[in-house]
Parts: sequence; structure tokens; C-alpha cells
Amino acid sequence: MNIQLDSQGRLKHFLGIEGLKRELLIEILDIAASLIQVSEKAVKKVPLLRGKTVVNLFFEPSTRTRTTFELAAKRLSADVLNFNISSSSTSKGETLLDMLNNLEAMHCDMFVVRHDEAGAPFFMAQHVPEHISIVNAGDGRHEHPTQAMLDMFTIRQHKGEFHNLKVAIVGDILHSRVARSQIFALTTLGAAEVRIIAPRTLMPKGIEDMGVKVFDRLKAGLQDVDVVIMLRIQRERMRSALLPSEQEYFQYYGLTEDMLAQAHPDAIVMHPGPINRGVEIESSVADGSRSVILQQVSNGIAVRMAVMAMVLGRIDKPLETAKDSLV
Amino acid sequence: MSSRFSICGGRVIDPASDFDAITDVHIAGGRVVALGDAPADFQAEWQLDATDLIVCPGLVDLCVRLREPGAEHKGTIRSETRAAACNGITTLCCPPDNVPVTDTPAVAELLQERAWLSGMAKVLPLAALTIGLRGEQLAEMGDLREAGCVGVSNALEPIENTDVLRHALEYAANCELPVFLSPQDAWLGHSGCVHEGAISTRMGLSGIPEAAETIEVSRDLLLMELTGAQVHFSHLSTARAVELLAQAQAKGLPATADVCAHQLFLTDMDLMDYNSQCHVYPPLRSTRDQDALRAAIQAGTVSVICSDHQPHEKDAKLAPFAQTAAGISGLDTLLPLTLRLASELSLPLPQVLRTVTSNPAQVLGIEAGHLSVGSVADICVFDPNAEWQLSIDNMHSLGINSPFLGWHLKGRVRYTVIDGRLVYQRLDNLAEVA
Repeated sequence: MNIQLDSQGRLKHFLGIEGLKRELLIEILDIAASLIQVSEKAVKKVPLLRGKTVVNLFFEPSTRTRTTFELAAKRLSADVLNFNISSSSTSKGETLLDMLNNLEAMHCDMFVVRHDEAGAPFFMAQHVPEHISIVNAGDGRHEHPTQAMLDMFTIRQHKGEFHNLKVAIVGDILHSRVARSQIFALTTLGAAEVRIIAPRTLMPKGIEDMGVKVFDRLKAGLQDVDVVIMLRIQRERMRSALLPSEQEYFQYYGLTEDMLAQAHPDAIVMHPGPINRGVEIESSVADGSRSVILQQVSNGIAVRMAVMAMVLGRIDKPLETAKDSLV
Repeated sequence: MSSRFSICGGRVIDPASDFDAITDVHIAGGRVVALGDAPADFQAEWQLDATDLIVCPGLVDLCVRLREPGAEHKGTIRSETRAAACNGITTLCCPPDNVPVTDTPAVAELLQERAWLSGMAKVLPLAALTIGLRGEQLAEMGDLREAGCVGVSNALEPIENTDVLRHALEYAANCELPVFLSPQDAWLGHSGCVHEGAISTRMGLSGIPEAAETIEVSRDLLLMELTGAQVHFSHLSTARAVELLAQAQAKGLPATADVCAHQLFLTDMDLMDYNSQCHVYPPLRSTRDQDALRAAIQAGTVSVICSDHQPHEKDAKLAPFAQTAAGISGLDTLLPLTLRLASELSLPLPQVLRTVTSNPAQVLGIEAGHLSVGSVADICVFDPNAEWQLSIDNMHSLGINSPFLGWHLKGRVRYTVIDGRLVYQRLDNLAEVA
């Protein structure tokens, strides 16, 4: 039984990619594709969530993710509330539940949650009343499912089908919720090969059980891949005996033009942002012709619109024509 | 109740003396005065019918958090010693990590006195090995022993400084006190909350590697050789630690160990939906580890099963997983889970009952866990065939935090006798404390 789905197997919450079927992921991508047009019109709105209230509940600082969720909700005509809560003030679960209860009392319909603890959105989904949906905007090192879906969207835009693709994910796998969601998504969508490239200090134990090939050398791992996904390296890692220095990391794991030459000539370069130039990626690669980093950001809005409309049961197939989207 | 009575017609099992027969037990003056025929001068004032029931020594639990003093909203000495008695546990050890820590005779005396006033399970405190459990300065073990402490322990706080640990072990040996160690490296996995492996990776929770336990077990075993201390390892959780223990025992080192009942039935697979009731420390390990722990019980390498009872208020488990309090309220499941192990591994009942009666008593060097002529009349009478379902309504502990809620269990206590007093009886389906 998956708490994310209702009795008909439709998306009720969006907590993680794990456990979702391929067809559902494709449906999200298709619906997102049909919503791209909304952002390209003069009046960037559809009435799918008119009268609904969406609460962005961010227990961890975030600018981009929160902004794209807010834009997505507004383009769906929802009312949006933003709460930025420092985690230190809510380190006790009862306050988290109390806060939920308070917000429920204001008749909100959806919580978009980012939390520094893995499983927090799952916990909230277990405790909200039936009519409220939870969307995970990143929980600890666990999952960041909308990020993974926008990455899948971008990959599909450029590469079409997934089953021939070799994809490499490079960097701090240990701490990355993005990597976990991407791995679940890619393996579910049937990618031919998912590779994980990281120094051993940043490689979590037992990751091979998730259906990936593990590499500790960048050069070998990038051989013939179609997609290179770079992950952000946080500066704290240098202070906690996980890495000696940014320079050394860049030397062995930074994506340079030379390294990228190992990949397939048509390979695209992705990054969930924000990028650290000269730490995990060379500027010329980040800004180069194979980089799709900025497209990821714009696709993020359509994908988040799709997910938000789906969990509230307002859409179950792609928007067919532009007239469907009249306000 | 009166002090001169008989428990009649039950299957009497005394693991310590390999006694196993259907017979009567006669009790007077707080002691067992005869098995079988009553002595000529013995006049029972009343009898308990134990037909189809098992009569065994009262259980001895090596690790029970009473929560008093310091966290009375989770449990009190009265509530938890009563819960113990209702579950056939007649003697229990409480680790020193209450607030204040059991590092002064006053705290040790308070624990025993309040327990005595409650008149339920007997409480034997473990004293702190170091003051405040800080791992710096030795606690006054001699005085604490005088005050009734039966062993010393640093609870869940690792002693980082090996020199301090060495001296603590030496001094404890000098005081003839067994040392209870919870083997966890001070640094490895110190921010973790679950077993490190494929499941922690998948769930995005920080892990505690197996090596956090094995490194500490190795260090402790080497220090045992150096100091001659008697060390008992509390709640081992890994296959490798058990292997190290077996090697040490084969060399003749007098190391003993216990395992928590829940470790024999749950693994990290049970965490998959972030079930905070499965948040325990040491963490639930892999299936391979669980198999090894079960095998170690069977082989006797690990001689004791304990409840590692940690009652919590409801809110303590209502939060994202890593923020919840670790621990299971285990008094209500110690006996049924032990019996379940016997049935799953096809172990003879006396062998498995030993792990909760005479073996823990032997670790403590106390007169308990026996049921023979002359022994203290601490007796558990249970129905081995009673089937029941654990629910918050039938748990006796103040803490209802159990991952076993909803489980169908077999084996239920009918009578508990402590010092020759009937302190608990279960009539039909109603629990009643006499």
C-alpha cells in the first residue's frame, strides 16, 4: 500500500519517486509537457487550482525551489502562502503537528514541504486529514521528487526514450536527495544504465542495491554516457573530513571539457543548481552548448504545475488545446 | 495475601537445576519450602490451580528504564515495577542514566526504596561507572555497592578515553562489581539513527555502521584481558560482535552478553515506512545480524534476553524519524517474544527460559532466577497456550510505544509471586493486581 496513491491508484500526495509506477511517471511528464504552453502565453494562467490554497512550508532555506513552486501554484490560479521556518524553532515533532493543525484550521488544500529530516513529508502525510495533499520539496537526504521529474522531463526533451540511455550522476551521492530521486526515476523509466560516480567518502553504503553501477573514477564512469548529471558539493564537506579541499575535488571529479570528451559526443550536461563554478564544474562546460542547466529551471515550473494539479485531482490527462486553458 | 500457600498441578520448570515436572510448589515465609509433597508440618492456607500452566522462576530483566527520577511523564517506579510484575518479571536492573544519574548512594537508595514501597518487582540499580556518565572521573563504586548497586555501567554513553575506561574496569574489578558495557564507538555513526546499509541509503537516514559496535567490543575485550574485569555486553546487535565474543569466550575470557528481545524479531527492513516505533539504539540491524543473534542465543554465546524497556510518552514518537526518541516499551513483550523464539527455533522451553531467569541472575551474582527448595519465592506462572493480541489497552507499562502492537502473541502471565506474596493474577480476561 502506497500512501501517495488513492484507492484508484491516482496521485494523492507526491512524497517520493520510490514505489511509483512507470506509467504514472510518464503521465506526469506528459501533463507537464502540455502545461509548458501556459508559461509561454501572454496571460500565464490556467484555472486548474482556482480557489485552492497552497502553503509552501520550508523548514530549510531555499530560493529557487520555493520560487518555482510559488510560480507554478500561481500559474494554476491558486492562492499561495509562504512560510519559512527555521528548523531550530521546531525541533520537536509536536510543534510540527501543532503547526499542521493550525494551518489545516485555515482551510488550506496543499502543503509543499521542504524539511531537513528524511521522512518528514511522509510523517505529515500520515497525519493530515483526507482532503489535504502533501508535496515533497526535498526531505533531508531522502528524496526530491519534483527535481527528479523535471530532470527526466529535460532528458526526454533532448533524448526521447529512456531505454537506450546511459546516465551518469556525479558528486556527493551520500548527502543528495536529488540523486536518490533521480536513481528511482531513471530505473523506473527503464534507462539502460545508471552510473554513480563519487569518491568513496561520498558514496553511501549499499547504493548498488538501487540498481546502479558504482564508479570511483570520473573518467571511467563518463565513458560513452548520454547524460551527465553533476551534483553540488557543499563547502561543509571540506570541513568534516570527507574531502581534503575544493581544489583536489575539482582535479579528480570536476567536469571539464577534457573529461566531457569521454562521454558520448551528443551527451547533455545537467545540474540541479546552484552550481559551484570551479568546484564541481568548469565554467566553460556549465555555459557550453551541451549544458541544459537553465532549461531544467524553466521545465521545473511546468513539472511542478503538473504535480500540484494532479495531487488535487484537477487533471488526469494532458491539456489538449489552448482553449482548455482559458481563464 | 497470606504467606503460606501452594501452586498446584503446574509444569514446574527450574532451568538452573534442570528440573522439569508436573508437581506442586509449596511456599511459606517468602520462600519455596517444598516441591512435590508438602512437608508434614505445612498447612496451605490457600492454593493456586496451575493445571496446564507453567510455573517457573520470576523473570530477571537486565535492562529496564523506570524513568524515575527525571522523566516521570514517561514512567514511574510504581508504574513500571507494577508493569514488570504483571509480566512475570520479579527482579529488574535499571541503568544509571536517570536524572540525576545514579552516581551517588542517595539516588541508588531512592530507587530501591520507592520500588520497595510499591511492593512490585524488585529493583537492582546499576551504578554509574563514571560521574555523570561523562567518562572522566570514576564514580564512588564502593559506596554505590554498599548502597545496593549490583553492577556498574556507563549506560549508552561511550567512554572515549581508553585510559579512563581501563582504570574504571580495574576499579570495578577491585569492587567485585560486574561492568555492563553498551558497545558503541564514540564517533563512528554518532549522528546516525539506523543501521548503515542499503536501507539507510534508500531512506536517506544517516547510518550507524556495524563497525561502531565491533570496534568497541574489540577494545573492551582487550581491556578485559588487561584488567581482569568481569564485563557484560548489553544489547549486542551485530553478527560480527557475537563472533568476537565467541572467540573471546573460547579463549576463556569471562565475557557475557545480552540481546534485546526486539532485535530477535525486527530488522532494518521494518523501518521502511519510517516507523518511529522501530527507532531503537543500537539500531535494528540486517537479517544476517538477526540470524546470528538467534544462533548465539541457541548456542549460549549470548546468554541473556532482556527487554531494554524504554517507555515514552506518545509525543516522543510523533515526529520525523530521526527526531523521535529511541526505544521500545518492552516489559509487556519480554516473555511472549522469548516463548515465540523457542517456538520458531524449536528450542526446549527450559533452555529458553534460562535466558530470562537463571542466566541474568548469574550475570548479576544474585540469589534470584531459581525455583528450588529454599529459594526466594519469586515465581511466574504463565499459560503457554494463551493467544492474545498486543494493544494499547492491554499494555501494562505507562509507555505504549511498541512496534509489536497488533501482533498475535502466545503465552500470557496468570500469576506472579514476589517474596511469597501473590502480587498479580489474571482471572478470565480481566487483569487484576492483588
